[in-house]
Amino acid sequence: MPKLWKPGDAYIWISGLALMLTLAMIGGLLFLIATKGLGSMWPVDIGRYKLTDGSVYLGQFQGRELVRGAEGIRSESDFRVKLKIGNRDLYGLDFKWVDEADIASLDYPNNAVILERREWGNYHGYLKEIRKNGEIVSGADPEAFSVLKSVIHDANKIHDEILKIEKGEIGDINYGIEKQRLKLRGLSMRGENNSAKEAEFRLKIEEYEALYKVSEAKLEKLYTELNRNEVVMSSAAGEEKVMPLGKIVMAFRPNYMGFVEKAGFYVERFWGFISDDPREANTEGGIFPAIFGTILMVFIMSIVVMPFGVIAALYLREYAKQGLMVRIVRICVNNLAGVPSIVFGVFGVGFFLYGVGGIIDSVFFKEALPSPTFGTGGILWASLTLALLTLPVVIVATEEGLASVPRNIREGSLALGATKFETTWKVVIPSALPAILTGLILAIARATGEVAPLMITGVVKLAPDLPIDGHFPFLHLERKFMHLGFHIYDLGFQSPNSEAAKPMVFMTAFLLILIVVILNITAIIIRNRLRKKYATSAV
Amino acid sequence: MTSGEAMRQQQEFSAPVINGVSITHKPQRSDKAKIVPDPLVKVEHLSLFYGAKQALQDIEMNIPRKKVTAFIGPSGCGKSTLLRCFNRLNDLVDGCRIEGNISINDKSIFDADVDITDLRKKVGMVFQKSNPFPKSIYENVAYGARIAGINKKSVLDELVEKNLKRAALWDEVSDRLNDSAMGLSGGQQQRLCIARAIAVEPDVLLMDEPCSALDPIATAKIEDLVTELKDRFTIVIVTHNMQQASRVSDYTAFMYIGDIVEFDTTEKIFLNPAKKHTEDYVSGKFG
Ligand SMILES: Nc1ncnc2c1ncn2[C@@H]1O[C@H](COP(=O)(O)OP(=O)(O)O)[C@@H](O)[C@H]1O
Ligand SMILES: [Mg+2]
Repeated sequence: MPKLWKPGDAYIWISGLALMLTLAMIGGLLFLIATKGLGSMWPVDIGRYKLTDGSVYLGQFQGRELVRGAEGIRSESDFRVKLKIGNRDLYGLDFKWVDEADIASLDYPNNAVILERREWGNYHGYLKEIRKNGEIVSGADPEAFSVLKSVIHDANKIHDEILKIEKGEIGDINYGIEKQRLKLRGLSMRGENNSAKEAEFRLKIEEYEALYKVSEAKLEKLYTELNRNEVVMSSAAGEEKVMPLGKIVMAFRPNYMGFVEKAGFYVERFWGFISDDPREANTEGGIFPAIFGTILMVFIMSIVVMPFGVIAALYLREYAKQGLMVRIVRICVNNLAGVPSIVFGVFGVGFFLYGVGGIIDSVFFKEALPSPTFGTGGILWASLTLALLTLPVVIVATEEGLASVPRNIREGSLALGATKFETTWKVVIPSALPAILTGLILAIARATGEVAPLMITGVVKLAPDLPIDGHFPFLHLERKFMHLGFHIYDLGFQSPNSEAAKPMVFMTAFLLILIVVILNITAIIIRNRLRKKYATSAV
Repeated sequence: MTSGEAMRQQQEFSAPVINGVSITHKPQRSDKAKIVPDPLVKVEHLSLFYGAKQALQDIEMNIPRKKVTAFIGPSGCGKSTLLRCFNRLNDLVDGCRIEGNISINDKSIFDADVDITDLRKKVGMVFQKSNPFPKSIYENVAYGARIAGINKKSVLDELVEKNLKRAALWDEVSDRLNDSAMGLSGGQQQRLCIARAIAVEPDVLLMDEPCSALDPIATAKIEDLVTELKDRFTIVIVTHNMQQASRVSDYTAFMYIGDIVEFDTTEKIFLNPAKKHTEDYVSGKFG
């Protein structure tokens, strides 16, 4: 009889099983996040739900679940559906659970409109009329919706212009005034009595203030223009609402759209999500600043951690006398990798923010004190903290890489009259580069997912400015920044409107994973290129 | 010779090592050392220890200028060790201690004022396992020059071409100089290593079993190369292969357990060796 099990088979099966389990877990997680996140942007048809109590809602179907009654009987009446009904200003909540037994009728009116607004979330209703430059276009007019779209389009243009003035012109003016103010302050702090200079600074401030008046007037004009046009909507129950167009981002009619149109809309919305600023306490709009902050932070961290990690590993492996001391150092480095990240965060606060930042402030930014410049959380300190956190990973990987460079290649270089340093620099490091990059990949993966130490070293819920802008020196390392990981925490657990934030949580998580994957794939591609170029295996 | 005799002979030779006692100077061997007419490298009373273990025992030999000298002997007899003394590569080995002296052009290589990197530029080496750097073919050959601070492209171009030609590799790689050296075949890699070594214009070229990992065709190419290069370089080649030693070398040293048993012209060693032991080895009776 043939033996079914050979002695070693059990282990192979067990390890195979473990691998399967891991893959299933990863796959399941990604699937959950991707479907919940990506699905939330699809323009679901809007249904008119008439309830038995006579009330009517225009809602998007979001899900259906079993309500377990006390008897544990499962019947039709035990299900309830979750609807996104919008109109937070009207109903108080965007979402509503409705028992299926309470639904008297359901249809999908073609003329149901969803307005995405800058405040109060979405509005679900019917178009009643458009008040455009004194003219009135009735909602019954077949052209009404395209008119609505065009006026929204115009309004958006004005809105962009306003933003440009507020962020650009007025930002520049504020920046200029602040600079002059600090100069004035510097004068008085140094006890200088230079009235000529003082007058010059004051004059400049006045010039800026005059400029500010001009911008303000421009803004005012734009605002009145923006709010002159209005749209009148009526809700499912027929309640009318007048909204200035300046408050509306876009309008769409999901029931009227075909699949292709929906897909186009989906792409547009997705793009908006990754390229726009957040709105309404981060629960609406995009997450661009968080993406930007995350990537910038990882970059700064990589730039710092690479040289330090590689140099430390080089010393440990190539130069230090191998003995007890080096062994102890190595053990310490390995243990450092296991220290909870919040501990690194606390160290970052104590050392970088208060220590180094405090010194920098007292030397270079005296004028701005007592408000700190570098003495508070910022992207630089967060990046440095993460660099510390990931240093062990880079050191360990680099050491392994160095150890795997064959001895005969080193001897080949030395035999040509190269010094040890030249050999290390020109032959050993290039050969170890793939392994070093592996270390960087691991470091990036770890750093991108880290949140705790960032919360205390510079991440904020909403950063008014990106760390990069048009003002010298362009890269503002002292600025606070947004981060995807923190964004997830903030949306999911700190949000006033957690139902509305839920899809955003999944989307943000999805993007965070996507970014980790993209950063890793980039590094892996670079590494493979290098491997090809510097492959150390002979023949 | 019976196997018993062979064993006795082996014991005779290994006895000094087992006892760890330095063998005393043997005048007849010293006479053999003097047969070389124009010595470039002189080895005098050279003993080498790896920790407590003695690997070379009071070696005495002269290596002729612009000739090919072959070291033959069974594995572990110290051929590589002796070779690596000439460019002081053994300095890298922890616990390695050397007694005696080696001089090149009558200048001791162990003198305090000798710059070891200069020495290694004068004494090039080709290793048993080809070890091109993980760089382009061009950069491999240019490596020594770059180390010496030469970075001018025209100079390097010329140097690379000249040495690849000398190493008989130019025709095969001239159109892909910027490809990785790792993509070359084993024989090509070994010739690249030769090109790299001779690009530094050393006086002596040490070759430690350069063909041991190569097929017969690649081996033949390298042997031809050795014959051509001896006009310009003093070559010391370690080999396992009797035919190879007889084909390429002018002088041959037969080593056994850290000792030079016989050193003479290749003709003499292969056709009319003075020692029975040598005869047994070259005729393939043991080893
Ligand atoms: N780095 C080393 N440390 C200790 N012993 C060594 C070392 N290198 C070689 N040996 C020993 O020295 C002897 C001679 O080795 P080697 O010169 O490599 O022989 P061959 O090249 O003739 O085969 C051998 O017994 C070997 O085990
Ligand atoms: Mg050897």
